[in-house]
Amino acid sequence: MSAEAGGESFTAYIQHHLTYWNAPLTHAGGMASLHVDTLVMSVLLGGLVLFWFWWFARRATSGVPGKGQALVELALEFVDGQVKDAWHGSRTFLGPLALTIFFWVLFMNLMDVLPVDLIPAAAEAGGATHFRPVPTADVNMTFGLSLTVLLLTIFFGLKAKGFRYFRDVVSAPFTANNIFMQVLLAPFNILMFVIEMITQPVSLALRLFGNIFAGDLLFMLVAGLMAHWLSLWYPLGVLGYAVWSIFELLIILIQAFIFMYLSITYIAMAQEHH
Amino acid sequence: MGFNATLIGEMIAFAIMITLTVKFVWPPLVSAIEERQRKIAEGLEAADRARTELAAANTRADDEMKRARAEAASIIERATQQAAQIVDKARTDALLEAAKQKAVAQADIENMAHRARAELRGQVATLAVAGAAKILGREVNAETHKALLEELVAGI
Repeated sequence: MSAEAGGESFTAYIQHHLTYWNAPLTHAGGMASLHVDTLVMSVLLGGLVLFWFWWFARRATSGVPGKGQALVELALEFVDGQVKDAWHGSRTFLGPLALTIFFWVLFMNLMDVLPVDLIPAAAEAGGATHFRPVPTADVNMTFGLSLTVLLLTIFFGLKAKGFRYFRDVVSAPFTANNIFMQVLLAPFNILMFVIEMITQPVSLALRLFGNIFAGDLLFMLVAGLMAHWLSLWYPLGVLGYAVWSIFELLIILIQAFIFMYLSITYIAMAQEHH
Repeated sequence: MGFNATLIGEMIAFAIMITLTVKFVWPPLVSAIEERQRKIAEGLEAADRARTELAAANTRADDEMKRARAEAASIIERATQQAAQIVDKARTDALLEAAKQKAVAQADIENMAHRARAELRGQVATLAVAGAAKILGREVNAETHKALLEELVAGI
């Protein structure tokens, strides 16, 4: 789908690209509907990441590794090193969690640097009228990740501290020595905890969503400049697309890393004793 | 913002991804890496050990060589001394033997000379008596002039 000349069709082009393949689960639709494109792309890419790692993990040798295994081990040791910096306990869960987050998010982000019309056009040929190929430009995706991380944060906090977890909610970060001050400070501590539980997933999800969505939108705008072969905007569009692709690659990598690192940090923080 | 059931779906997908990674991806890779690290550490340690062992063996060999050389030198020394002793002894033996032989020969010679002189003395007496008889024209009684004759013989 390419844009026609004129402002109106340009807007239509952008709007078309910003529309999800929405499948209502009930007649009413609304909240009870699914973004088929986001689900399909994320599950496909997640499967790809899993298959890639599983393929080399299955035949992993402690002898001389092949090139494929060496690459996988390099990726694993990079992630493991980051987790080791943030958390000094056992990494049997946090390690694989970080690996999953980093590579899944990275692969989903990478859909951003594919030509904006490539996957939608293929989907259109397959019968889908609308298709958004970048799952991380969908709040459902990013919040799905960040809320799961929040659940894990609470779970690991409880697991590590037991009843002390609740005591810390009431008695930290503002601490006092006498009981009167402790009771006085308790509401503020609880408020701080609630704020933390809200800001953590929201900032995590919106940071990723905002960066990738903005990048995606910019690609659409630049692609819109290339609507006509003979237009003066055409070379500018080509140049812009090339420059932005390079820049976006950097953003994609950094955002995947930040998402992984903050997730690990939040979970590690919840397990620390005050 | 466009929240809908996709969020729940993605949470489920994420949970499945994590579970599969925890179960099937992470453990074999980490165990392979750790196993290799262990192997490399062992290899390095073995190389280190072999190096120190080699150095020890070298010093031992050097010591052995030194000792062997010293022993050889002492053996040669002793042999040289022994040879010198043997030569010395042979020389003294030979000298002693020669001296003994010479003494025996000299004694023989002296004996013979003694005997010859004694014989000569005996004969001189007879000759002297005979000579005197001739000169005096008469027989000299040996018995009477025995003392004179003995004096003559002793004077020879």
